[in-house]
Amino acid sequence: MKKSRKDMVFNLSLVALIFIAVIIVENIPGVNPMLSTVLKKGSIYALVAVSMNLLNGFTGLFSLGQAGFMLLGAYTYAVITIPDSAREKVYMYVKEGSAVSRSWFDNIANGLHLPEGVSNIAIMIIGMLAGGLIAAFFSWLIGLPVLKLKSDYLAIATLGFAEIIRAIFQWDKLGPVTNGSNVLRNFPTFKTAVFPLTVSAICILFIVLLINSTYGRAFKAIRDDEIAAEAMGINLAHHKRLAFVISSFFAGIGGALLAMFQNTLQATPFKSAMTYEILLIVVIGGIGSVSGSIIASFLYISASEWWLRGLDSGKFLFIESPAVLRGGFRMVVFSVIIMIIVLFFRKGIMGERELSVTRFLNFFRKKDGKNEENS
Amino acid sequence: MSENVLRLENITMQFGGVVAINDLSLEVNKGEIVSLIGPNGAGKTTVFNVITGVYEATNGAVYYEDKMILSNHPQGKMKKMYAGTNADKFPDVIVKTPDRITSLGIARTFQNIRLFKSMTVFENVLTAKHMLKTSNVFSTALRLNYKEEENARNETMQLLERLGLDDVKEELATSLPYGKQRYLEIARALATKPKLLLLDEPAAGMNPQETMALTSFIKSIRDEFDLTVFIIEHHMNLVMDISDRIYVIDFGKLISHGVPEEVQNDEAVIKAYLGVSEEDE
Repeated sequence: MKKSRKDMVFNLSLVALIFIAVIIVENIPGVNPMLSTVLKKGSIYALVAVSMNLLNGFTGLFSLGQAGFMLLGAYTYAVITIPDSAREKVYMYVKEGSAVSRSWFDNIANGLHLPEGVSNIAIMIIGMLAGGLIAAFFSWLIGLPVLKLKSDYLAIATLGFAEIIRAIFQWDKLGPVTNGSNVLRNFPTFKTAVFPLTVSAICILFIVLLINSTYGRAFKAIRDDEIAAEAMGINLAHHKRLAFVISSFFAGIGGALLAMFQNTLQATPFKSAMTYEILLIVVIGGIGSVSGSIIASFLYISASEWWLRGLDSGKFLFIESPAVLRGGFRMVVFSVIIMIIVLFFRKGIMGERELSVTRFLNFFRKKDGKNEENS
Repeated sequence: MSENVLRLENITMQFGGVVAINDLSLEVNKGEIVSLIGPNGAGKTTVFNVITGVYEATNGAVYYEDKMILSNHPQGKMKKMYAGTNADKFPDVIVKTPDRITSLGIARTFQNIRLFKSMTVFENVLTAKHMLKTSNVFSTALRLNYKEEENARNETMQLLERLGLDDVKEELATSLPYGKQRYLEIARALATKPKLLLLDEPAAGMNPQETMALTSFIKSIRDEFDLTVFIIEHHMNLVMDISDRIYVIDFGKLISHGVPEEVQNDEAVIKAYLGVSEEDE
């Protein structure tokens, strides 16, 4: 108990330090704008990766529906929060115009005389929660038949679901709600990285608390041995559905954050490739390690958005070679790096362990102890 | 006559045309240690799987504390294939998943050890306490149930101390020696606070000394936790020593039943175990 409390304090202070660093960095002019992008997108991907890890790593359900649930969250957020004044312009290609309005919220906000900043934050939080809830509802619905499947079959079924959802959202009959395949924009977004970092931190904290609770142990038991878990009184259907719904809820919130990050929203990028990206982060970080997923997502986003960018534009480190280093070369190098990681770090960066100050200290203490014995 | 804890009535289990259990009826009384023995492939573990709801019996009923907990009769294509009798005796269909059976108070161990591999000894036992919790997912995640959690941890610790596993509690379950893994499985089953304990070959792979220790251990937990024990075993020393009554099955059929001395001298049992020479037939 004591040991884990020490780690908890350490991790929380680490998070606080990161926050202070981010606030300072963002307010210094002249810092590479890429850093801000990495912080924003990295924190969003960290949340989605951790939610996927809850399902794939801790409950042992190999699901590939993450992009679909992110799409649900993102669209729900955007559709709910676009200001009424902007709706006409956004839905200009849809004959019927927008079928949704946020006047109910504006009325309440006006009634309470909320300042604009507060009401903006409020609608953002409401939108995100709605996004999460819609994603959770759909996951519950699809979970009813699909969670009876095992391993690869579950992966195929959820992957199919994600693709179907994407196709449906682009259907022009749903235009009044989803704007068909046209772009949704003008919804409220965040400016600094503090907002996505805060939301991600709160959500990840909840997931960590859940994993360390008795339900988390039940999830792990299901992953380790379904038959034994069931014989110990753990209701398989209920717990699998629970893990699926919670994971999708946070994927939905992650999707809403991604919509804010992108400023505009279209269904096209939410392809299975996005799920694979997140799966890759989970695998690189270590299946069954929350801190691994977080570290891996920041590394992945840094590499793909920032460090390896130069490979596409002909400049990388000190090499200038427009003949070799041109569009698409980044992905070649990136693939090689990923292959090396998968070949040589098969359990990912962290394996199943977590970032732990006590283990870190014990490691050195043990070493010291051994040295004393030897001398 | 003492009170029934478990009663099987005309249980038949068929996998297609293969009859694994054939019209088996037996009962286990409160506080008894009852053994189920039989040659390899006789269907002993299948009996356990039927009781715990892993398999759905083709026909028959299971009573627990005189309440019917499972019941079935041949349905669909099994109607034609059904090889037994008494098909009309059980009009109800009651199906329960294993977790529901466990929550009634029937806990089991497995023939081939099934521990939670990635967890420590302590966590393995603590996980079995999950069933007893009353709080929902939000209150557990937000630590509003800390009292319950504290209780579960204390009880787990007591149980580990009782079973002599407290010195290895932080070790991975799979890193324990084989004998201790068996004890851990029993500890995990006890953590669900059962009234009836089903042990599937608890002495498998143990040497004579260990088997003797296990024999006295099973007796002692029976008294201490107020248990009824139903046990499948191949070690005849253990079975004869421990059992109040013995049931013998062969090819899914009950061939003998009684106190150890009776069973030991039963012609049918000797035949089933040693085979019949050609002259006798």
